Amino acid sequence: MRLAFPLVVSAFLFSLGVFGVLVRRNAVLVLMSVELMLNGVNLNLVAFDAWWADALHGGQVLTLFVITIAAAEVGLGLAIVLLVFRNRGTSDLTDLGLLDERTEDDQRPADVDQPEDAR
Amino acid sequence: MMPVLVVLTPFVAAAAGLVVGRNRLLAQRVAVVGTGIALALSVGMGVMVWVGGPSVDEWGTVPTGWVPVTIATRADGLGATLAIMVSSVALCVQIYSTAYMHRQPRYGTFAALVSLFTAAMLLVVLADDLIVLLVGWEVMGICSALLIGHHWEREEARSASVKAFVVTRLGDVGLLAGILVMADLTGSFRISELQQSATASTALTVGLVLMLCGVVGKSAQVPLHVWLPDAMAGPTPVSALIHAATMVAAGVFLVARLHSVYLLSSVALAILAIVASATMLLAALAALAQDDYKRVLAWSTSSQLAYMLGALAVGGYSAGLFHLLAHGAFKALLFLAAGAIAHALGTTMLPDMGGLRRSMPMTYLVSSLGLAALVGLPPLVGFFSKESVLGAAEEAALHGGPLPAWSAWLVLLAGLATVLLTAAYATRAWLLAFRGPPRWSGAAHDPPPAMRTPVVALAVPTVVLGVLAFMPAVVSAMFDPGDQVAAEPEGLSFDVGTAVVSLALVGMGALAVFAEWRRTGQRDPSVSLGQAHGLLADGFGVDRLYDTVIVRPFLALSRLVVASDRDVIHAYVRGAGRSARALGGLPHAAQAGHVQGYVTAVLAFVVILAAAGAGAALL
Amino acid sequence: MNGVELAFVLLGAVALGAGFLVVTTSRIVHAALWLAVSLGAVAGCFLLLTAELLAWVQVLIYVGAVVVLVLFALMLTRAPIGPAPGAARGRVVLAAVVAAATAGVLLVTLLAGLGGEVIDLEAADIGGGEAVGSALFRAWVLPFEALSVLLLAALVGAIVLSRGRGDEDGR
Repeated sequence: MRLAFPLVVSAFLFSLGVFGVLVRRNAVLVLMSVELMLNGVNLNLVAFDAWWADALHGGQVLTLFVITIAAAEVGLGLAIVLLVFRNRGTSDLTDLGLLDERTEDDQRPADVDQPEDAR
Repeated sequence: MMPVLVVLTPFVAAAAGLVVGRNRLLAQRVAVVGTGIALALSVGMGVMVWVGGPSVDEWGTVPTGWVPVTIATRADGLGATLAIMVSSVALCVQIYSTAYMHRQPRYGTFAALVSLFTAAMLLVVLADDLIVLLVGWEVMGICSALLIGHHWEREEARSASVKAFVVTRLGDVGLLAGILVMADLTGSFRISELQQSATASTALTVGLVLMLCGVVGKSAQVPLHVWLPDAMAGPTPVSALIHAATMVAAGVFLVARLHSVYLLSSVALAILAIVASATMLLAALAALAQDDYKRVLAWSTSSQLAYMLGALAVGGYSAGLFHLLAHGAFKALLFLAAGAIAHALGTTMLPDMGGLRRSMPMTYLVSSLGLAALVGLPPLVGFFSKESVLGAAEEAALHGGPLPAWSAWLVLLAGLATVLLTAAYATRAWLLAFRGPPRWSGAAHDPPPAMRTPVVALAVPTVVLGVLAFMPAVVSAMFDPGDQVAAEPEGLSFDVGTAVVSLALVGMGALAVFAEWRRTGQRDPSVSLGQAHGLLADGFGVDRLYDTVIVRPFLALSRLVVASDRDVIHAYVRGAGRSARALGGLPHAAQAGHVQGYVTAVLAFVVILAAAGAGAALL
Repeated sequence: MNGVELAFVLLGAVALGAGFLVVTTSRIVHAALWLAVSLGAVAGCFLLLTAELLAWVQVLIYVGAVVVLVLFALMLTRAPIGPAPGAARGRVVLAAVVAAATAGVLLVTLLAGLGGEVIDLEAADIGGGEAVGSALFRAWVLPFEALSVLLLAALVGAIVLSRGRGDEDGR
C-alpha cells in the first residue's frame, strides 16, 4: 500500500480534531476532539512503523503508550469537568469566563472626565 | 527727605491698621494718628519749601534695559499745597468715619485702605519720576475699587467696584503709552527732565494726548465718566475723599504738573478743551434729573473737574488749581453732610427727604454754604475760583492763548452755560432736601461730634479761602511748579464782564427752578423736563451704549472662549484619553477569557510557523 | 489500487466521516456515539497495517473504556438530549480556517517528503502479541514501568478529584 493513504487520513483526522477543539462548546466534546487528534497521531505512527519496519517496533510501542496515556488523560479530564460542573453548574465553555481579565469599568464607554462636564 | 516721610507715614499706618484691624478702637487710633502725622509733616514740608525753595531727592535707580526708572521725589509749592489738602481732607474723613462706620463691618480694612490710598495720592503728588507717579496712580485705583466695593454684600457695590476699576484702567493704558512716548522723546522718566528738555513736535503731542486718556479716565470726563455716578454705591466718606477731593483731582494734577509741557502743544490743549466743554454740559444736565442726592453730587463733580481741566486747557494754570482746592473743600463738605443725612434718615434719595432745615439745622447751614460755593455766590470761595476760570477762558478767547481761539471760546461759552445749569441743579437739590414739607417719618437730628467737627472744619476754607484771590504772591508760591522753566505760570485773572454775566445766569437758573418748585406744589421741579427727564437721568444713555457696543460683545467673546476651550481644546484632551482607552480596548478584547480563542490563536501561529518552515525547507 | 488499499480507503472514509460528525453534530450524545464509530474504523485501519495487537487494544480501551467514560461524563454533566446551541458563526469560520491551514501544512509536509513511498506489507513483521510484547518488555521496559506509575497516579487523582468535598466530612 502506498504510504500516502494512511498519511492523508491521519492528517485529516488530526485537523478534524483541531477544529473540534476550537469550536465545541461542551467541555466533554472538547476532550472527545482531543481523542480524535490522538487517533490521527496513532495512525501516523503505525503507518510509519509498517513502512520503516525497524526491529524495535518503535512506532507500534509508542502508539501503545499514546493509547494508555490518552486513557489516563481522559479519565482525569472528565473528573475535572465533573468537578467544574458541580461547582459552576455548567460545563459550557462560553459560560466559564474565569480567565476574563476585564474589569467592570472597562465595559463603560471611555469618558475620561465626567465630573468636570457636569455643569 | 520730607516727601518720603510724608508718603511713608500713611503707608505705615495702613500696614499697622491691617494688623490691628480687628480691634476697632486701636484701628481708629492708628488711622487718625497716622493721617494726622502725615498732615503735620506736609505742613512742615510746606514751610521748608517756603523758606528754602523747591528741592528734588533721588533715592536710587531701577535699571530697565531701556530708560531707567529713578525713585525720586520733589518738594515744591504745588506738591506741598496739594499734600496739605490731601492729608487734611483725609484726616477729616478718617475722623468722620470713626462715627459714620460705627456699626459697619470691616472697619479695620476700611481705615487701612483709606490710609493706603492717602499714601498713594501723596506719592502721586510728590513724585518726580513718571513711573513712580504711575505706581501711586494705580494703587489709588485699586484702593478706590476696593473701597467702593466695601459693602460687597450688595450687588450694586460689587459691580460699581468692577466698573470703576475697568474704566479707569482703560484710561491708564493710554497713560502708560503716553509716558513711554515721553520717555522715548526725552530719554528719561523724570518730570524735571521732561520740563526742561521738551520741545514742540508731533510726537510730543501724541504722547500728551495719550496721557490725557488717563486723565479722562481718572477724572471722570467724557467718554470715561460712566464709573463715577455708580461709584456712589460706596460708603459716603469714601465718596468724599476719593471721588470728590483727591483721586479724581489726580487727573487735573497731572496736567497741572506737566503744564509747561502741555503749553507746547496747542492740539493737545484743544482736545482737552473739547473734552472739558462736553463734560461740563453733559454732567450738569444729567445732575438735573437724578433722584439720589449723592449721584447729583457725583455728576456735579464731573462737571466741576471739567472746569478745572478747561482752565488748564486755556492756559489758566493758577485758576485751574485754585478751583481744585476750592472744589476739594466744598465738595468734601457736601458729601460729608450728605453722609450725615444718610446717617440720620437711612437714605440719600431726594424724593424721600424734605424739611431738613428744621430737623438738622447745622447740616442745613453747612450744606447751604457748600451748595452756594458750588453755584458760585460771593464771597464764598466758589465764586472766586469759578470766576478765575472764566476769566482765564475769556482772556484766551479774546486776547489769544496757547490753544486755538475757537476752543477757548468753546470753554468760555460752555462754562457760562454750565453756571446756569449748576445753579439749577444745586437749587433743586437744596429745595428738595431742606425746604418744603418733610416726606419722611421718624426722628432726624444733627450728627454726633465726631461727624460734626470735620464738616465744620471743611466749612471754614469754603467761606474763607476766597481771600486768596487778593493775594497773588501767595497763590504763585502755593502753586509753584518748582522747575526752572523761564515762563512764569499764569496767575489769577478776573474779568468784570464775565462775573456780571455769570451772576445773572446764577440768578436765572435758581429762580427758574424755584418757580417750578412752587408751581408743582413743592415737588420735584425736574419733572417739568417731561420726556427729557428720563434721558438726563440715564446720563444720555451712554451706559447703555457702552453695554451694547462693548460689554455684550466682550461677554459673547468670553463665552466663545470658554466654549472653544471646553469643546475644542478640552475635546482634544478628552479625545486623547478616549482614544487611549479605545486603543487599549483592542488588545483587551484578546484577554476576554475564552480559552478556545486562546488556543485558536496559538494554533494559528504554530501553523504559520510550520508553514514558513516547510516552505523554507521545500524551496 | 489493490484490495488492501481499497479497504483502507473505505475504512478511512468511515473514520473521517464519523470524525466530521463528531465535531459538527449538534446532538451531544450522538457525537459520543459517532466517536465510537470513528475509533472503530481506525482500529480497522490498524489491522490493515498489520498491527493486530494494537487494533484490539484500540477497540478494548478506546471504544470500550474511553467512549463509555465519556458517555458517563455526559450523563453526569446533564448534557442535553436534544440539539444544543453551537458556537458563534465567527468562531466557526476562524476555527475552520485554522484547521484547514493545519491540514494543509501537514499534507504538504508529509506528501512532499514521503508521498511516493510504498509500504511493503509482505515483509512487515506482523504486529502480533509476541512481536510487540518482546519489544515492549525488552527494549521498552523502562518507559513501560514509568507508564504504569503514571496510570496509578491518574487513577488516584481521578478518585480524589471526583470524590468532592462533601465526602470528606463523611456525609
